Amino acid sequence: MFDFLRSFVAVLLLALGLAGIPVVAAADAVTDGLAGLADRSFSRKVEAVAQLGASGDQRAETILNALLDGRLYVRNADSAVVIGEERGKAFLVADPTAGAEAAEAAIADFTKITVNNRMRGAIRGALGALTLFSADAGTRAAAADAVFKTPTADMLPLLDKALARETDNGVKRRMERAWAAVAAVGAGETAERLAAIETLGSFADPDVRSLLGGLAVGNGEVAQAAGLTLRRIDESLVLWGAVGNVFQGVSLGSVLLLAAVGLAITFGVMGVINMAHGELVMLGAYTTFVVQEAFRAHLPGAFDMSLFVAVPAAFLVSGLVGIALERGVIRFLYGRPLETLLATWGISLILQQLVRSVFGPTNREVGSPSWMSGAYETASGLVLTYNRIAIIVFSLMVIGVIALILRKTSLGLSMRAVTQNRRMAGAMGIRTGRVDALTFGLGSGIAGVAGVALSQIDNVSPNLGQSYIIDSFMVVVFGGVGNLWGTLVGAFSLGIVNKFLEPYAGAVLGKIFVLIAIILFIQKRPRGLFAPKGRAVEA
Amino acid sequence: MKRSIRTLVGAGALAAASAWGAGAQAAGDTIKVGVLHSLSGTMAISETTLKDTVLMLVDDLNKKGGLLGKKVEAVVVDPASNWPLFAEKARELISKDKVDVVFGCWTSVSRKSVLPVFEELNGLLFYPVQYEGEESSRNVFYTGAAPNQQAIPAVDYLMGADGGAAKRWVLLGTDYVYPRTTNKILRSYLHAKGVADSDIMENYTPFGHSDWQTIVGEVKKFASAGKRTAVVSTINGDANVPFYKELANQGIKAEDIPVVAFSVGEEELAGLDTGPLVGHLAAWNYFMSVKAPENDAFIKKWHAYIKDTKRVTNDPMEAHYIGFNMWVQAVEQAGTTEVNAVRQAMYGQRVKNLTGGVSVMNPNHHLSKPVLIGEIQSDGQFEVVWNTDGLVVGDAWSDFIPESAKLTADWTFPWVCGNCEKPKYPVN
Repeated sequence: MFDFLRSFVAVLLLALGLAGIPVVAAADAVTDGLAGLADRSFSRKVEAVAQLGASGDQRAETILNALLDGRLYVRNADSAVVIGEERGKAFLVADPTAGAEAAEAAIADFTKITVNNRMRGAIRGALGALTLFSADAGTRAAAADAVFKTPTADMLPLLDKALARETDNGVKRRMERAWAAVAAVGAGETAERLAAIETLGSFADPDVRSLLGGLAVGNGEVAQAAGLTLRRIDESLVLWGAVGNVFQGVSLGSVLLLAAVGLAITFGVMGVINMAHGELVMLGAYTTFVVQEAFRAHLPGAFDMSLFVAVPAAFLVSGLVGIALERGVIRFLYGRPLETLLATWGISLILQQLVRSVFGPTNREVGSPSWMSGAYETASGLVLTYNRIAIIVFSLMVIGVIALILRKTSLGLSMRAVTQNRRMAGAMGIRTGRVDALTFGLGSGIAGVAGVALSQIDNVSPNLGQSYIIDSFMVVVFGGVGNLWGTLVGAFSLGIVNKFLEPYAGAVLGKIFVLIAIILFIQKRPRGLFAPKGRAVEA
Repeated sequence: MKRSIRTLVGAGALAAASAWGAGAQAAGDTIKVGVLHSLSGTMAISETTLKDTVLMLVDDLNKKGGLLGKKVEAVVVDPASNWPLFAEKARELISKDKVDVVFGCWTSVSRKSVLPVFEELNGLLFYPVQYEGEESSRNVFYTGAAPNQQAIPAVDYLMGADGGAAKRWVLLGTDYVYPRTTNKILRSYLHAKGVADSDIMENYTPFGHSDWQTIVGEVKKFASAGKRTAVVSTINGDANVPFYKELANQGIKAEDIPVVAFSVGEEELAGLDTGPLVGHLAAWNYFMSVKAPENDAFIKKWHAYIKDTKRVTNDPMEAHYIGFNMWVQAVEQAGTTEVNAVRQAMYGQRVKNLTGGVSVMNPNHHLSKPVLIGEIQSDGQFEVVWNTDGLVVGDAWSDFIPESAKLTADWTFPWVCGNCEKPKYPVN
């Protein structure tokens, strides 16, 4: 093994010698580092990564990136490290030290180099050092953050140089943060470290808090200063924590609203206790899955648009199933709530098992479009995830559209007429049966649309609907039966109350408290927050 | 009216005939294997696969000529994720269908529910899922991992240099018996390792919890105290997908806060984009990605049986594979399917597991198995980053709960008990 290495290095030195002597030192570091990567021990591999990072060599960047992506292999025969790539059935290997062409090889002759979390952290740190001077501002910013995460004293001169050259203000600030972290952790003069901690205090984010927490252990001057700064950061974070709570509450509220708004129409307006409502939501989620599969197969480039197709498709599927239900079962049971409850409960089980037979019992993968992945993070560590923001906006749009349909269209007019006084509406020439079917179809279709949104945050499994049915009824009853505005206010207030209780009472107890509160509230106001008034109520 | 009576009589005759037929079959030339896994309801997501696994193993055995010269027949029932129904169906399998052995259950609740039935009727149950331990019944063989074969090694790994030297711990779980008991064991283990209570955060959520914003936020906050933090997750079933989605969206990377899970395997990851989750961990006794000839053959057989090459294999499937083969060997050794004889023959039975080693059944009804720790990869598989050198003996009673540490489970002479402090029969 060693013999081989020595000769390998010798050949390499010879080759590089022709190109010029200055590179030799760097080449040494790269080949040494590479050899270290072939070792089985993670500690040795981490050392090798650091060595590669310190080399400042262009090729080290390629090697480390390949390692991070799991494309670095060891040849079993001679422990040589190569970059491998599976292309279809073929396996191509290339020597990472020389720019040679990739050659085909048998994958069985190679072993992939295992990377674990510890190494991944080290690799990102090393890549940070290597890419601080990259031409791309985003890469430089990421490099600065990587250095911040793994601060070592020897990074200081490199950061000084990078800071002096930096022109982008955003990136500069990230580099200052990294610089302060390195200086604060480093072995410099106490005064220098104190100044660095002061600088860190101006970045009130959780990562800095974590770093300071580590420094605040002990009694020294530095520890005291870190402790003080830490407390100052915590004070500023309290307010942002409350803002975060409200956001999470609104987000939970928007999910409740989406699940409940279809029910607000079928139960609230028509008075049908539809236990299969959750399954209509589930059908919407599965429609999303089917639409996405079609996109994956035929239009992979337009995958980000798949949800825009899924929304109308889910509305149609769930709406049609809803109309079939109404015409086939529910219309025979009007005015008999108990039988409706039992019949629709049975239907919900049938639908669940049907989906289980067709799509299988396991979860289906519904992808998130790229514009819904990730989060907007403010400087103070407040995280607003994009998918939640999208769902909040979407839920408001849905309720807006429903309000428009009910108020401004002739269908909406007939709906309101039929629910207020069926016989009178019939006498005026409204086909009440048809209106019933369409109303139920509208409520069911909205449930399907909710399924599209829920597929982004929950499991797409046959049980999806079950977990939302209780919550939906809770929202509708709390908000006031037959009142869209009540559903909106009910959903958001339940969401926010839930999220403020959760940190203190825990998820299980928090839910129980909310239920008890609702029971007490219903005792006091049996018709909910916004009770309908007037003679229509008595009918 | 007349007609309905005629139908009734006809139906009665039919029922009698079929009952007689079933009785005749029981006395005939088949050996019956009961399969007690939920095929509908919440747990169908995990248990259906195990039903298929047993059917495949039975199929395979029949192709090789059956057992003791007889054909093996699987009797499948559906307890529908309903815990009391598990007990009813178990009784039906043993008393009515006269099965010789049962493979089944997933949740600990369902196992606790069928336990009295198996003990009363002296049946034999093979339980394939990792569980909280603190149990050893004469009538159950536990082929999944006990806490010392999963939770303790995982915590050890995260404490070590390679795992990131974690000093602060978050224990997240679903609110039922398995997570609560496991976390009780882990807490006393962490105390023994010098971790203070202020460095442990414990949190429970209901089944199917889907809104993880607050909890993930709290974990983030807890982790920003300057010490390396790791999360130990005993979150079960459906709640995992929204949990991991929230982790990914809030940008928690495994390098910063690693999450090690005990109930998340290849099957649970199937509905997820694992790109942002690379590096989070799971501890099991088997991973589909392990390179071994037995494993390759098993995966090939599974894909051929289920007619879908995208389906994954997981740890409980391996547990059934080991359990089934051990039972077959024990029956062959005993020469009969009679429960008492088979039980005696089970002890010390050795079967090649799928990760290239040999698993052994111990007198405490738990297996000796290797422990593997894997990191999630972007293709939805796990890559093994650590494994035990040899086998770890499953512990029925945890050494880290004071009242359990003194108990011994040993079903051979002179102990013959699952939870006693002294031998039942004094040895002179």
